[in-house]
Amino acid sequence: MVDVFRALDDETRRLILDDLSARDGQTLFEICTTLAMRHGLTLTRQAISQHLGVLESAGLVVTERRGRSKFHYFNPGPLAQITGRWPSSKRSEQ
Amino acid sequence: MKISLTSLFVDDQRAALAFYTEVLGFKKRHDIPLGENFWLTVESPEMVDGPELLLEPAGHPAVKPYRDALMEDGIPLAQFSVEDIEAEYTKLTNKGVVFTQPPTDIGTAFVAVLNDTCGNLIQLIEMKSNWNDAEAS
Repeated sequence: MVDVFRALDDETRRLILDDLSARDGQTLFEICTTLAMRHGLTLTRQAISQHLGVLESAGLVVTERRGRSKFHYFNPGPLAQITGRWPSSKRSEQ
Repeated sequence: MKISLTSLFVDDQRAALAFYTEVLGFKKRHDIPLGENFWLTVESPEMVDGPELLLEPAGHPAVKPYRDALMEDGIPLAQFSVEDIEAEYTKLTNKGVVFTQPPTDIGTAFVAVLNDTCGNLIQLIEMKSNWNDAEAS
């Protein structure tokens, strides 16, 4: 289990989440294509797979099989830990 | 030197011929009995003397783990060029074709990935008209 703070402490992983929140449900191939062509990040497929593993371990990405392919989805649930720890409403009330 | 033939492994040669001709619109070029199987190739009707695509039986034990792993990660094994990817996407989706990736703008082109029902993923590409190879170098 990786905590959400460590998972977010990497620009490539943040870009992966940006792309998934723009279009959810992508294969590893699509994520690699987008990172290379839109963001100029030419990482190996294996490296991207490892980044996805970290995001999945933190619960920020969930995978689902459709047919014989695996699709990745953004799961914002764990981000609640951040606003839960430092709620913005509490500060503004003071 | 020219690329005259390339191949894809297919689960069932007759089903593959139907998909590649009736659904994708290629033409049958060779269909020669070879033992239990066939030397089966298709080609694009849009190209004279273009490359042939061999639809090869997937019986070799190495084929399944190889293709299963690529299919899981969404990696296509061939790429076909189209004039209008949105039109192809609509037409093929209406024919029941499943895409693992809808048309996507990748800057220089639009790409989409479909499942050929024979065990492979195929990428379609529409190059943007203002793009040429000189810009890439």
